Amino acid sequence: MAKAEFGVPELTQYVEVPAIKEGAMAHLKPFVVNNPDHNTDLGFPGELIDDWQTKAVEKLGDLCSRYRSLRVYLDSCVKCGSCTDKCHYFLGTADPKNMPVGRQDLLRKVYRRYFTLAGKYFPKLVGAEDLTRETLDEWYSYYHQCSQCRRCSVFCPYGIDTAEISMAAREILDSIGYGQKYCNEIIAKVHKVGNNLGLPGPAIANTLEGLEEDVWDDAEVHVRFPLDVEGAEVLLVTPSADFFAEPHVDGLIGYGKVFHEAGVSWTLSTTASEAGNFGMFIGSYENMRRVALRVRKAALELKVKRIVFGECGHAWRVAYAFLNTLAGPFDFLDPNYPVPQHICEFTWDEMQKGTLEFDKSENDDKVLTFHDSCNVARATRMGDLPGGQFEIPRNVIKAVCNHYVDMHHETIGERTFCCGGGGGLLTDDLMELRVKGALPRMTALKNAMDEYGVTHMAAICAICKSQFTKTLPYYGMDMDQIVSVHQLVSNAIVLNRKTPPPEWAEEEDEEDE
Amino acid sequence: MPIEVNGKSFETDEEGYLVNLAEWEPGIAEVMAKQDELELNDEHWEIINFLREYYDEYQIAPAVRVLTKAVGKKLGKDKGNSKYLYSLFPYGPGKQACRFAGLPKPTGCI
Repeated sequence: MAKAEFGVPELTQYVEVPAIKEGAMAHLKPFVVNNPDHNTDLGFPGELIDDWQTKAVEKLGDLCSRYRSLRVYLDSCVKCGSCTDKCHYFLGTADPKNMPVGRQDLLRKVYRRYFTLAGKYFPKLVGAEDLTRETLDEWYSYYHQCSQCRRCSVFCPYGIDTAEISMAAREILDSIGYGQKYCNEIIAKVHKVGNNLGLPGPAIANTLEGLEEDVWDDAEVHVRFPLDVEGAEVLLVTPSADFFAEPHVDGLIGYGKVFHEAGVSWTLSTTASEAGNFGMFIGSYENMRRVALRVRKAALELKVKRIVFGECGHAWRVAYAFLNTLAGPFDFLDPNYPVPQHICEFTWDEMQKGTLEFDKSENDDKVLTFHDSCNVARATRMGDLPGGQFEIPRNVIKAVCNHYVDMHHETIGERTFCCGGGGGLLTDDLMELRVKGALPRMTALKNAMDEYGVTHMAAICAICKSQFTKTLPYYGMDMDQIVSVHQLVSNAIVLNRKTPPPEWAEEEDEEDE
Repeated sequence: MPIEVNGKSFETDEEGYLVNLAEWEPGIAEVMAKQDELELNDEHWEIINFLREYYDEYQIAPAVRVLTKAVGKKLGKDKGNSKYLYSLFPYGPGKQACRFAGLPKPTGCI
């Protein structure tokens, strides 16, 4: 596996709160946009503008007037210290600017200087500072060392949401042409092609045909993976990684089998072939809205009655919390179902209705645990009851696996640790941060392996799955220990609805003879 | 940062991917592999050639599963898995092999 060009933290039984190391991560910043189109396509200046200082301060004022929450967060911190040891990036890097309060203060000191009375007249007394080039570069560096997971806000007595501060900082940076390559290139691709990966329609169709063949070869049942089928009941919007990467695609196969057995017609869409919405990561309402509107458009064009989202963490936050505001009203959909619905809700509903049969022994080679993805855990819900976002995915896993154990209670549920790669940081140029930030989760997983014999960890987020695939080997574990929840469903589901063989299967048989 | 191949210079981006896909020639893959301390053999070339053919048709690198399936069909089932691909390309077939093949880097939640 890849060699590390940095020190990988050693796994011990507990994650100790490290002694601070000033500037330990100051060297790290992701690539800046180098193709101006990736900025201008998003409505930002192509490169850093000359009067960036004036414009950045103006933008900060604009955001504070638009988002009351941001102003409250910047005003209300009392430096109690409660957040300091709650961030996975601080625990993994020891850099005090990766303490949530340290991160917030990078913006707060500038806010105080230009927008508070005391800061205008007595800056030194209140820690207010001018916006300098040095500070601007620190914003770029440290606001791209926050995965916007919001764990710190669970522990903040004032409920200060560092994610919102980091989103605002990124929006300011974008507004002056100082955007991050990874996020902006991806959003530009969504606007142009329809998904983060830039998969054109024919490539998606080819991939889906391959999946139909695989399931047929495996089970002699023609489970369909329909694309752009008008009049289907359900539009499934899933992260494009589900078409592309492993173990994501095994989850997609699981969704298809569930729809097949439930007898519900469904379709994917080439234009809405991405559940993810990186517009949220960069704090851009306009881009988030543009990305979300594709889902509405596809739903209308395909005349579906329901929208279901696949396994993607931040997509579910945008879908659950913002979709109606961004792209509603969805009065053309069937009001008997949640708009939108999570694939885990869909599967769990069908399980309760008794339409699905499982052979749990198919997963007997594994002892499972579940990684709560940050956006699902702390920003959304599933089902009708509080905590449904924790219960329902676990219920689904337990319905298809005989062996399930939770990791330590302080590392799951609303206290879950980020995978280390969320919030627009899942890029190779931040590998050092990603590996170090994975430390708390890796520790909890290793403990569960040692104590309970856990072999695999399931997740419902494309970013988490990719991040763990990459980081597990750094900590001496195997990349395939991370699995999709619907991969487990796929392994165990009994395909009772028999189908006639597809045309291509008959042709293949003839060839064989 | 440009790379030098057979006396010619080719522009690459900050992550080492060829900027102009059309300029690709086999020597580029050899040089890039050398930089990664890899020696390319026929098995590597099978993958690199497949990636290029697929890209020609679909304007995107193949999904991992598409790649493993194609490899499995061609080289036998025991090789149709990502473990085999990682044994050839330790930095990942999607990223390292694509770079050697002159394809743009696949980015997204992968």
